[in-house]
Amino acid sequence: MNQQDSRKWIGQPLDRVDGPAKVTGQATYAADYRGNSPAAIGFIVEAGIGKGRIVSIDTRAAEASDGVLLVLTHQNAPEQAPFGSHDDAGRFGQSHAVLENENVKYHGAPVAFVVAETLEQARHAAHLVSVRYDQQPGVFDAEAHEDKATKPDSLDGADQADKEVGHFEPAFEKSAVTVEAEYHTPSQHASAMEPHATVAEWSDGKLTVHMAVQIIADARKGFANTLKIEPGDVRIVSPFIGGGFGSKLGIHNEAILAALAARELDRPVRVAQTRRNLFANGPHRTAHRHRLKLGADADGRLQAVSHDSLAVMSRGYPFAEAAGGLTQSSYAAEAIRMSHRIVEANVPKVDSMRAPGEAIGTLVFESAIDELAERCGIDPIEFRLLNEPETEPGSGKSFSTRPLARCLREGAAKFGWQSGVVRPGMKRDGRWLIGHGVAAAIRPNNIEPAGAEASLARDGRLTLSLDMTDIGTGTYTILGQIAAETLGMDTGAVEVRLGDSDFVETCGSGGSFGAGSTGTAVQQACDSIRTDILARAARIDPDWSGVNSADLTIDGDRVSVGDRSLALGDILDAVGGEAFRAKSHIKPGDAHKTMAQYSYGALFAEVGVDADTAEIRLRRLLGVFDAGRILNHKTAHSQLMGGMIFGIGAGLLEESLMDMRYGAFMNRDLAEYHIAVNRDVPRLEVHMLEGFDEHSNPLGSKGIGELGICGTGPAIANAVYDATGHRARKFPIHIEDVLPAVARLTKGNAASR
Amino acid sequence: MKPFDYVRAGSAQEAVRAGAEGRFLGGGTNLVDLMKLEIERPDKLVDVSRLATEEIEDGDDGLLVGAGVSNSALAGHPLVRERYPLLSTALLSGATQQLRNKATVGGNFLQRTRCQYFYDVFRACNKREPGSGCDALDGINRFHAILGASEHCIAVHPSDMAVAMAALDATVETLKPDGSTRSIPARSLHRLPGDTPHIDHVLEAGELITHVVLPASPPKRQLYRKVRDRSSYAFAVVSIALALDLQDGRLANVSIALGGVAHKPWRAERAEGILEDSRPDAELFANAADAELAHAVGHGHNDFKIDLSRRLIVAALRDLSESKREIAA
Repeated sequence: MNQQDSRKWIGQPLDRVDGPAKVTGQATYAADYRGNSPAAIGFIVEAGIGKGRIVSIDTRAAEASDGVLLVLTHQNAPEQAPFGSHDDAGRFGQSHAVLENENVKYHGAPVAFVVAETLEQARHAAHLVSVRYDQQPGVFDAEAHEDKATKPDSLDGADQADKEVGHFEPAFEKSAVTVEAEYHTPSQHASAMEPHATVAEWSDGKLTVHMAVQIIADARKGFANTLKIEPGDVRIVSPFIGGGFGSKLGIHNEAILAALAARELDRPVRVAQTRRNLFANGPHRTAHRHRLKLGADADGRLQAVSHDSLAVMSRGYPFAEAAGGLTQSSYAAEAIRMSHRIVEANVPKVDSMRAPGEAIGTLVFESAIDELAERCGIDPIEFRLLNEPETEPGSGKSFSTRPLARCLREGAAKFGWQSGVVRPGMKRDGRWLIGHGVAAAIRPNNIEPAGAEASLARDGRLTLSLDMTDIGTGTYTILGQIAAETLGMDTGAVEVRLGDSDFVETCGSGGSFGAGSTGTAVQQACDSIRTDILARAARIDPDWSGVNSADLTIDGDRVSVGDRSLALGDILDAVGGEAFRAKSHIKPGDAHKTMAQYSYGALFAEVGVDADTAEIRLRRLLGVFDAGRILNHKTAHSQLMGGMIFGIGAGLLEESLMDMRYGAFMNRDLAEYHIAVNRDVPRLEVHMLEGFDEHSNPLGSKGIGELGICGTGPAIANAVYDATGHRARKFPIHIEDVLPAVARLTKGNAASR
Repeated sequence: MKPFDYVRAGSAQEAVRAGAEGRFLGGGTNLVDLMKLEIERPDKLVDVSRLATEEIEDGDDGLLVGAGVSNSALAGHPLVRERYPLLSTALLSGATQQLRNKATVGGNFLQRTRCQYFYDVFRACNKREPGSGCDALDGINRFHAILGASEHCIAVHPSDMAVAMAALDATVETLKPDGSTRSIPARSLHRLPGDTPHIDHVLEAGELITHVVLPASPPKRQLYRKVRDRSSYAFAVVSIALALDLQDGRLANVSIALGGVAHKPWRAERAEGILEDSRPDAELFANAADAELAHAVGHGHNDFKIDLSRRLIVAALRDLSESKREIAA
């Protein structure tokens, strides 16, 4: 093995470079930031009604309370651009104005903001703010107000809200076997370990914000548009983020409140949302009603597929989730139809969360496919293979790759899938009813414009600087691997600097596009440096002309190609300059328009359902995935595993419960909002196919972060059916949902009658 | 959190003298959370966490457990594991390891309901604000009571430990501000809501739990089973603590307490009466469960808990009477 081969870093299961700092408490998250002067602490006073008007607000007791420096309300809040203004700025870049006027837009919206010397003082004074409301009837529930439903202007993750390929109705009519079902998926909150937090400080009219945010460039626009200042006068610093899951794509109430108060007080202001705050002052995924119709011919060939979804949209905040988008590319059918409807409502921001579209789309669609396979009398894997499309059904485009069948077959072999038509209630293990289930995972691969800057110093140390973020996914690590491989150097010689708006703009983290997009930009910047080194070296020594740049290696402060070797410093001294520098900028190519690009997976679940109590416990979970080339097998494995664990939540646990009388979320802490805990996660296997998608990007990788959650929930739901005969129509699946089926199965036992 | 005075009591006597106008602070795992939300607004906290009440002593009258013993220490104590396994199981099924390390025996009894309407200060809650009403009645009430509730409150007591203590006929020993002591059966410590749901238990102002006494000879067959949505760190949908003996093929000393169904740990006395001195069989178990739940009332989301409780009672009786395991005499 030559030296270059030993530096094939891409794909190596390297430990996360930020790991030691995180586990030793050295990583400074937003709320850990301490500036030169001590920050004042802010606390949000939340609205106690879902819709209405503030009649009066009395802040005197709060202002007189110990340590209080400022109480902001709509009566004294500094001027901001109207919420939502700059329509063309996008939802992250638009104005996020707070305390605009006396109107309450949703339950828990800030009605006041108390700033004090300490958290305890601010929190107590917040309780002393007294508000009288004129309460008005609000819209909180899409189904109750379906008459007000409209087609959304845009849909996150799909080109059109409504689409029909072929003629659905006649194709459904002539289908020999059909499934027609209504499903409900719940509201959910991302519940990242780190709550949204911001430290804002002003200096000479310029704002510096230390905060947890996934896309820095958009956040900068959001501040600028809200506060009516120039984006160049806003600096965002976000080196570590304790989980995002979409909830930190943009900026939220605490961020603007901190900036406003810091300017008023001429002093840094720190706000960390409480866990309860987050359920109103952070974004959430909203509940959806899904109506699915599927038809197949007598041989099990899909004829007709339709998916109609209904959900609320937060008033003034344009986001709707493409729940039905995946029907366009999952399976071949003569006719495919989808529609999305939204009802504008008095609810907190509805936004992207963990695989928007596909997470809830696969949940219901892959459940319905399982049901249709059963009605056709076909094994659910065979059914899917039978309906594999040649080209993307919704668009006619070629697939860049389509390894779903391979994922299903390999998964079946690894799991020990027993082929055949599902026959519920046949497997027992002591008091447990056992069920197996399978589902497909599909998630679009996206590339977003991104830049990178690289600088190679004379000592051979490479520095990458970009405003990319690492939300715990491994970005620091994989970018270092890509750079080191490109320059034939050791990863230890690469320093990756992220999370600062002073660095070159990227796409940030979201939509599983971060690694492919910024990774490509880093590769290109490093490639430019490589070319630059060789060009300059050739000016010193003609022997370097025409050498293959791919053979270049850097060891310490020397660069070599074959037996040629030069000190980097000698090259710089000879031609001038302190370092080799390069910037890059990439954007999606034509293949993203002309081809259908997706990551795929097949999920297999084994559940046990308690024959006495109908408690559902997962016993085994296995996934086989294809996401093109894997950039780091360890971080990729963790990403998929994390996604699968959130899929357990989607199937069995996670839901934000709103009291529809008040528009208030009620289970606002992590004791009541159930994320899967360690004991809910059984033996969990992640398998990744070796792949390279030559159309996705020069690295051959595809998005992986959101793939694991897609397909896991429905695999569990299908396993619950196999165990009990209960077909899930609402998620998460609860004890009471399966109890009647369990009672039927165990009839004759003492516990059932 | 409202500003408050803080005193650290050097002795139980000192604590009760200081405690009448304040609240006792044990592990603080529930009280401090509620103080942050200003649902609890004491003027004074009397810290009893440093009192010498962390001992566990075996005696003729039973096992004497200090009120300051942590939930973890109690669950892991060899005598508890050997003689009161249902208590150990119940403790370990509650909360998380971190919380159990901090939470005390006395505090566990006195933790407050997890009713989400109790936690949301904008909602009507007679327990939080007497006379304001109960928004849970027609609200999200999946976790709420099916037994012994009133039109004023349908909250449930969240403890696992207290359910086990009720089934084991433990006794709660207290000290009052006037220096007198009393013994309260664990099963009678908590109240039903009636029209005063803001009063959770029978303790008087300033009355401090000092010890709990577990009977020396509990029934030999014991079981605690908790039905929950998540396999750890979840409050009970329904739970059962069951203890009994089998003597000459007949059930004896049958003791059943249900958790998650009422404002207090619910001793299933009707069922116990039917089971006592009878030969165990499926029909008997079903009759006993039916009798106990004859007056159960659902409120919508929690209707399923009636059938679930019935199934749980029957399953627990079946498993325990068929079990080969008895604790050593």
